[in-house]
Amino acid sequence: MNNPSSSLNKRQRIDCIFKWTAKLLTWSSLGILAFLLTHVTITGFEKLSWNFLQNFPSRFPEKAGIKSALHGSVWMLSLVAIVSVPLGVSSAVYLEEYGKKNKLHRIIEVNIANLAGVPSIVYGILGLVIFVRFSHLDRSVLAGSFTMSLLILPVIIISSREAIRAVPNSIRLGAFAVGATKLQTVIHHVLPSALPGILTGVILSMSRAIGETAPLIMIGALTYVAFVPENIMDPFTTLPIQVFNWASRPQEAFHEVAAAGIIVLLFVLLTMNAIAILLRNYTNKKLEF
Amino acid sequence: MALLKIKIKEPVAEKLLALCAYLSILTTVMIVYILATESFHFFKHVSISEFLLGTKWEPLLEPKAFGVLPLLFGTLTIVIGSALISLPMGIITAVYLSQYASKKTRRIIKPILEILAGIPTVVYGYFALTFITPVLRVFIPSTEIFNAASASIVVGIMILPMVASLCDDALQAVPKHLKQGGFALGTTSFEVIKGILIPAALSGIIASFVLAVSRAFGETMAVTLAAGATPKFTLNPLESIQTMTAYIVQVSLGDTPAGGIEYQTIFAVAGLLFVVTLTMNLFSNFIMNRFREVYE
Repeated sequence: MNNPSSSLNKRQRIDCIFKWTAKLLTWSSLGILAFLLTHVTITGFEKLSWNFLQNFPSRFPEKAGIKSALHGSVWMLSLVAIVSVPLGVSSAVYLEEYGKKNKLHRIIEVNIANLAGVPSIVYGILGLVIFVRFSHLDRSVLAGSFTMSLLILPVIIISSREAIRAVPNSIRLGAFAVGATKLQTVIHHVLPSALPGILTGVILSMSRAIGETAPLIMIGALTYVAFVPENIMDPFTTLPIQVFNWASRPQEAFHEVAAAGIIVLLFVLLTMNAIAILLRNYTNKKLEF
Repeated sequence: MALLKIKIKEPVAEKLLALCAYLSILTTVMIVYILATESFHFFKHVSISEFLLGTKWEPLLEPKAFGVLPLLFGTLTIVIGSALISLPMGIITAVYLSQYASKKTRRIIKPILEILAGIPTVVYGYFALTFITPVLRVFIPSTEIFNAASASIVVGIMILPMVASLCDDALQAVPKHLKQGGFALGTTSFEVIKGILIPAALSGIIASFVLAVSRAFGETMAVTLAAGATPKFTLNPLESIQTMTAYIVQVSLGDTPAGGIEYQTIFAVAGLLFVVTLTMNLFSNFIMNRFREVYE
């Protein structure tokens, strides 16, 4: 402390060093990820072709394709959306608009938060016992979709609640003032105002559903499927399961096929995420009035 | 007439909506019920102490051994390894974002972090297997093809965006006047971070750490692909191990007949997994609520 200016210099030097370290670490962690994504793109790009999308999986890496996986993913995703979106949004409406703030309400809230943190493989076991064995849905796309719906329900509920909470109370009061009932207020005013927010949450949870692998392996979605599901009781496979199958083989050639599968998977995911982010930016702008 | 319709419709709608909300409770009850009953059958054959304290896990070989410790040890190796990467990197990224980065940089990095958090775990498993392991083998040739190190690294990278995002939220929630008070006393940014921001946001930061660890604990596909399938005690991260989740996947991919004791092991292992992750999640919740500094 004898020389205040040297102490200040030291403090500022530490600050500067820390700032640059933080900057470097942040960008390098993003850099690693960018590198990994480039790596997979380069590896899989050659395999990517129209045939790759149109072929069934095969013993020969050069003939292998993702037709059944692509169809399976679309089937599953559609069913998941049909099941989970109405259930999730209804739960959110109940919790935000109807539920009295009593003990039960609190329990449901804590419960949903915890369900969001349960490992996905545990949902797989739940689906295996309830849907596959107990309800005799076997290894069908329906059983898979129900399992996946339970998995993403907490995510949909949490994000829909946030969207509904963000609707200004004046909108509700205005509707009540002209004589609307509670249900009418919710359907005609609250939900439309919350729609972009709800959609963002739905898209993000759907992108979670596309990428989940473990629960579907648990309920026995097959890794080799050389047909396209034609109804909800057919066996199926999905993109990430197919990628897992190819990546776990020892042959180098199948790793390239896996990389091509990953490119397709990431392309779908990035598109969905981009839509969700655009939607959110749009909502944020709108709510600034 | 119209009024009568409303009088019927409104309560019915409320009941239906309530039913949907109660579904979440039913889900939890079913999970607990299934894991408890199926594990109960398992524990009729194997004592709980043998399961929790046994040091050998060979349920698929003769003579069978049902000690879960090697699986737990394998899981902990991954958890600790990934935490060593993701926790420090995550908090530093969060500090950079909330303190140093310009608004424009924030607007770029935040969505990237969210997208990264959404990349499927099977993709990270592929990275570990096809990129990280070969690189490790160049530097340390004795590395096995399946090894704990590469799985830990990739799980660490995987949960980093989540840690960064949650810590950033916690740091953002610290009121501006605290920070400005610090600057008014003539402190540097680093001192404000160390002395004001981090202590004030500590509950949120710790809660995010606990959540991240719980996520690593339950992580499945990346470790199944990269860490191997040999349950054993080893402190050498370059050897093949097996985690609890990877074991469950191994059994369900194989042709183990339903109903046998080998099959019931997955419920006992999943039960343990559920209890541990649930405890961590509740703990994180507790920290958030109990130790949150409220400045009003």
